[in-house]
Amino acid sequence: MYVAVKGGERAIDNAHAWLAEERRGDVTVAELTVPQIREQLALAVNRVMTEGSLYDPDLAALAIKQSRGDLIEAIFLIRAYRTTLPRIGHSHPVETDKMACDRRVSATFKDVPGGQVLGPTFDYTHRLLDFKLMAEGEVPKAAEADPRLEPTPHVTSFLNKEGLIQTEAEGDEIPPDLTREPLELPANRALRLQALTRGDEGFILSMAYSTQRGYGNSHAFVGELRIGKVAVEMDIPELGFAIEIGEVELTECETVNKFAGSKVEPPQFTRGYGLTFGQTERKAISMALVDRSLRSKELGVEVSNSPAHDEEFVLYHCDNIQATGFLEHIKLPHYVDFQSEMELVRKMRAEIASASAKEAAE
Amino acid sequence: MSDYNFAYLDEQTKRMIRRAILKGIAVPGYQVPFASREMPMPYGWGTGGVQVSAACLMPEDVLKVIDQGADDTTNAVSIRKFFEKTAEIAVTEKTREATVIQTRHRIPEEPLTEGQILVYQVPIPEPLRFLEPRETETRKMHALEEYGLMHVKLYEDIAKHGHIATSYAYPVKVEGRYVMDPSPIPKFDNPKMEMAAIQLFGAGREQRIYAVPPYTKVVSLDFEDHPFDPSKANHPCDLCGAEHTYLDEVIIDDDGGRMFVCSDTDYCAERQALGHRGRLSPSNDLEKAAE
Repeated sequence: MYVAVKGGERAIDNAHAWLAEERRGDVTVAELTVPQIREQLALAVNRVMTEGSLYDPDLAALAIKQSRGDLIEAIFLIRAYRTTLPRIGHSHPVETDKMACDRRVSATFKDVPGGQVLGPTFDYTHRLLDFKLMAEGEVPKAAEADPRLEPTPHVTSFLNKEGLIQTEAEGDEIPPDLTREPLELPANRALRLQALTRGDEGFILSMAYSTQRGYGNSHAFVGELRIGKVAVEMDIPELGFAIEIGEVELTECETVNKFAGSKVEPPQFTRGYGLTFGQTERKAISMALVDRSLRSKELGVEVSNSPAHDEEFVLYHCDNIQATGFLEHIKLPHYVDFQSEMELVRKMRAEIASASAKEAAE
Repeated sequence: MSDYNFAYLDEQTKRMIRRAILKGIAVPGYQVPFASREMPMPYGWGTGGVQVSAACLMPEDVLKVIDQGADDTTNAVSIRKFFEKTAEIAVTEKTREATVIQTRHRIPEEPLTEGQILVYQVPIPEPLRFLEPRETETRKMHALEEYGLMHVKLYEDIAKHGHIATSYAYPVKVEGRYVMDPSPIPKFDNPKMEMAAIQLFGAGREQRIYAVPPYTKVVSLDFEDHPFDPSKANHPCDLCGAEHTYLDEVIIDDDGGRMFVCSDTDYCAERQALGHRGRLSPSNDLEKAAE
């Protein structure tokens, strides 16, 4: 006798209990704390904050712990939490030239006012496994310099003095909010940049890489990459003026592309822009390349059919929470649809079989 | 769970969704963009349906959730639990008792009545998507009522295979205007879409809501010489003997032996309670044992 499968509810409860146990792992090994993740897996925390669109290192660390280190799952937890937060207001635009830079490099000039600051980078490390880290080891103190007090001007502003780089139009229009309004195309640049910041690091990286390899003819230089803390200011209606409500760590990248000129524009350089939370420079550089690539039409440069030039392709596929959800949902039951497909295939096979039988008989 | 608002979403978000729903009802079959939120379940798990349900639910509502026609498939259980927790509303497995029914891939066999709302979970709301991948293009095609491409596709199916090779998510035309994706229900369910209840469709990831108001004309696309055929497995249900219901095929032994049972578990259980019996019904086993 057949009994229809029952017990979905118990299966779910048991699966959740097992998952919690697996997340904890061997209980004879000390449990990770959220501050440990925040401090020692900071780059993972930064990625989760950037793609989760929420600047909160503690919550991002918690999400990483809860998701067993699956960063897309952690980003998802942060996004779902973000949905429940009220929108209190919005800050003033942050002034990145007033950033307290931990790192600031320009690839286009040997030296720049404000100096090149290498900062805490993997760039020139030799990628040799450091077996000393298998045991806990104390870290020798790094050398310190006095912080720079005056603003650090943007490298592209020097180019701009000569008119060598395309000028960004000033605008005080309120940018659209990707998290509050549906994405509708064509998207303006502010909306595209939001989507790219939230977009999957791997996807944006590969899109950017494709433009370097010839799918979209653009050769970008890193005009400037800077990482550091900036103040966030907000108007408080009760006070009638803006106050600093905190600071956030940002990575900002401005890329510079050569542009041979058009009928209306003289030859000059054009810009790509990337801005992300924390130290996330791979993402910021990738974003700047893709931003520039998506601007081809408005800048009047040649547009190819390359994926990275295609706004609809990039914007509709860069979100890893959307992508992973739709991809993974195919493991949910589909037996009703599959049944209807089986009926159709059987019917079509039967017709072919009877037709060829008829042919053989003739 | 008092930390969250009734039915999880805040009232501003619900208002935004309700406006999209009203617009959808006013323009049957038209896909209304809405600012879909990230929900605590993944895209693809019914976030669109969940948001539409959350915007429709009132404290006095009675909710039924089905997936593949069944109330106890894991995702149906999960969504039902979500609303039990966040809205503390009554739930049921009885189609007749429910005021809001959220579904994935099926329309209940029991005809729905006025006052009920059927909420569909939709993966790809655009019926033209696999003919034209660009949203900017397909929106234009809908605006211009330019559906030739769809008819060519159906014609090519017939020319190549002798049939329209679509067995689920079979496209329909709503009230003579918009071509609409009915969500991945089997085409067997298409004729039921002309019903007394309100039908709402939510696509979370794709940020679209659309609707079919009660008693609206819903025509499955076809040709005069190849009329629409809402086919199903050519068997009766092995548990309740129903000949008119959509069936699941269940493999029951290693030799590929199989049985057919109603996909609508509530409908099947009710028929069995009324004494209907199928080939493999428990009572038949007993009778056989007695012989």
